Amino acid sequence: MSKPAAAFQAAASAYVGERETRAFLRQSLAGYLAQRRTGEERFQDWEEARVAASAAKGEALDYLDRYLADFLTRIEKRGTRVFFARDAARARERVVEIVREHDAKCIVKSKSMTGEEIDLSETLEHLGYEVVETDLGEYIVQLRGERPFHIVAPAMHLRREEIRELFAGKIGPEAGRSAEPEALTMDARRAIRRKYLEADIGISGVNFAVAETGQICVCTNEGNGRLSTSLPRVHIAVMGLEKLVPNLDDLALLLPMLATAGTGQHLTGYTTIIGGPRQPGEADGPEEFHLIILDNGRTALLADDEQRDALHCIRCGACIYMCPIFKNIGGHSYGTTYMGPIGSVITPHLRGLEEWRHLPSSSSLCGACTETCPVRIDLHHHLLHNRRNAAAAHPAPLEKLALRAYGWLAGRPALFSLAGKLGKLALRAFSPLLGTALDPARGWTRCRALPEPPRQSFREWWKTHEPEPASERDDDDEE
Amino acid sequence: MVFDRRVTPARFPETVRVSLFIPCFVDHFFPQAGIAMVRVLERLGHEVDYPAGQTCCGQPAFNAGYWDQARPPASRLFRLFEDADAVVSASGSCGAMLKVFNPELFAGTSFEEEAADLAGRVWEFSDFLVSELGVEDVGARFPHRVTFHDGCHGLRELRIKSQPRRLLENVEGLELVEMAEAESCCGFGGTFAVKFSHISEAMAEVKCASALATGAEFIVSNDSSCLMQIGGWLGKNAKTPNPPRVMHLAEVLATQ
Repeated sequence: MSKPAAAFQAAASAYVGERETRAFLRQSLAGYLAQRRTGEERFQDWEEARVAASAAKGEALDYLDRYLADFLTRIEKRGTRVFFARDAARARERVVEIVREHDAKCIVKSKSMTGEEIDLSETLEHLGYEVVETDLGEYIVQLRGERPFHIVAPAMHLRREEIRELFAGKIGPEAGRSAEPEALTMDARRAIRRKYLEADIGISGVNFAVAETGQICVCTNEGNGRLSTSLPRVHIAVMGLEKLVPNLDDLALLLPMLATAGTGQHLTGYTTIIGGPRQPGEADGPEEFHLIILDNGRTALLADDEQRDALHCIRCGACIYMCPIFKNIGGHSYGTTYMGPIGSVITPHLRGLEEWRHLPSSSSLCGACTETCPVRIDLHHHLLHNRRNAAAAHPAPLEKLALRAYGWLAGRPALFSLAGKLGKLALRAFSPLLGTALDPARGWTRCRALPEPPRQSFREWWKTHEPEPASERDDDDEE
Repeated sequence: MVFDRRVTPARFPETVRVSLFIPCFVDHFFPQAGIAMVRVLERLGHEVDYPAGQTCCGQPAFNAGYWDQARPPASRLFRLFEDADAVVSASGSCGAMLKVFNPELFAGTSFEEEAADLAGRVWEFSDFLVSELGVEDVGARFPHRVTFHDGCHGLRELRIKSQPRRLLENVEGLELVEMAEAESCCGFGGTFAVKFSHISEAMAEVKCASALATGAEFIVSNDSSCLMQIGGWLGKNAKTPNPPRVMHLAEVLATQ
């Protein structure tokens, strides 16, 4: 078992044991589920919208070379400085370079999962810079020294009272006087607002990049994206390669879908579209705008015909909310930037199949993720594909042998049947051991009873079965 | 919310020769589900056949990622059901293996055509009755309070949602109560139940709590594997003196 796999098993088992925590998580999802339903009903046809959204993302990916070139030409023309980062290390280096060039001290950051993916805040903090997360949820988990629990709702695992205590302890005596959401929001706002004015650099993510106009789009609910990208002198945006869409019209479809699937809203509170740094004659905006486009395994996924649609992902987090595994193990157990079904599909591609093969395996393949995905990623089938790829590249010798033996047996019905009988006899023979440490079926019996083995198999019954004579059936019909 | 698959009108004659597909664990552990299917189909006037030599559909190896090991057992079924007019499965999950996964498993192999051909002739039991035969009332009587669990493979791979419910609603005396988590996975998932035993257990607990809240006497499903999970969890953990019993849909429909 790989290190991440062992850590996953341990964290997941521990979380499962916390019944109240799990109940709280389910309860906090109830509001989303209700809003999500009414959100979908606002669309003339949600299913058709999914098809169209998937097609728009697919179009951009299929002709990425063309759309990317169009996008770059347009956004660079307005003075944006673009950098392509092959991997996380290069992206980090480039950010640090810019920060050093400007001799910056304080950096404000709006929520960015791509930033999380490359450990951006940690890197900068480690180098001694002050980094302030400006999204309320991100701010909370930053103060706790934690990673986001969910890609859209980073602090959904925390109760108000826990946040109040955190604020009182970390912000100062003026904060944390009340656990009311409004009061907590004001506490954070007072602390963060000052930082926008102090900050030399603002860092943001990118929700969409529009090829047609050469613009990026940032969605937030607190206006923090707009403040982070316009108040500081320098704006750095970190964007995954797959964020491109062909046209501005595509945003008209994708923005409400992102909001509906992500939070159950019509639209996120603030939608900011940026085409470059401050232009001559403009009153506001940063003097410099740097766009870092991150590959970090994405072009390899693009080359994978089977799983390419995983790059359609708009990071709405719906598959995570809907996942029964997530609901029972929480977001931190995964140990990844992207948790839940989408994480179990892409993490093996981004961080290595051998070490992360346990993620696609830790699924009952129920398909709730695929059903909910607004851009129709075939998520649960990709879990199967990842399992197949892992078995081919890094077979587990014992499992392979066992399955081969099983297949051999399945080719010999008489033997297969005999094995079934022996198995049932063994179950009876082992029954005193069931549930104990010596139980060979402990993985099952630890928490579940075994079915009572019947005396007769179906096959045995069939041999004795005489179909009802047709005449009797006719009688039945007349009754 | 899952909606039913789009159905093309039934194309079967009045009397169908139905070939049963009895998955290995149903054969050995839940024969009563298969027996009940035979009773219902014969009562409706159909001819039931059980082609000899059925073992396993290969899904355990397929789900584990060992597709090369899954193909030999899976391909046996092409020959066994070669002459079948309609293959009817006692399990939505194994039905999904034949109908949905086999075409992918055998794509680009010499069995590609056989896989597609069989996929077109396989149905899960309730889907076959309602969508293909147009039968919703099988003349059963079961005066009990019942809740229905949607097995995920039946629900999302085969898109079976209303079919079993329509059958249950027509059972005399039966009161169907929906549970809040009807569409949530019970946590079985094949070897997942053992490999990730704790997660599977938590999922079963959520499922069972939802079923218990309905006050149903019976938890019914069209998949014995889910029922093994739900029944297994209740058998070990239920706090009430008379926890609900689990029962395959066919068993309910076979009552009179």
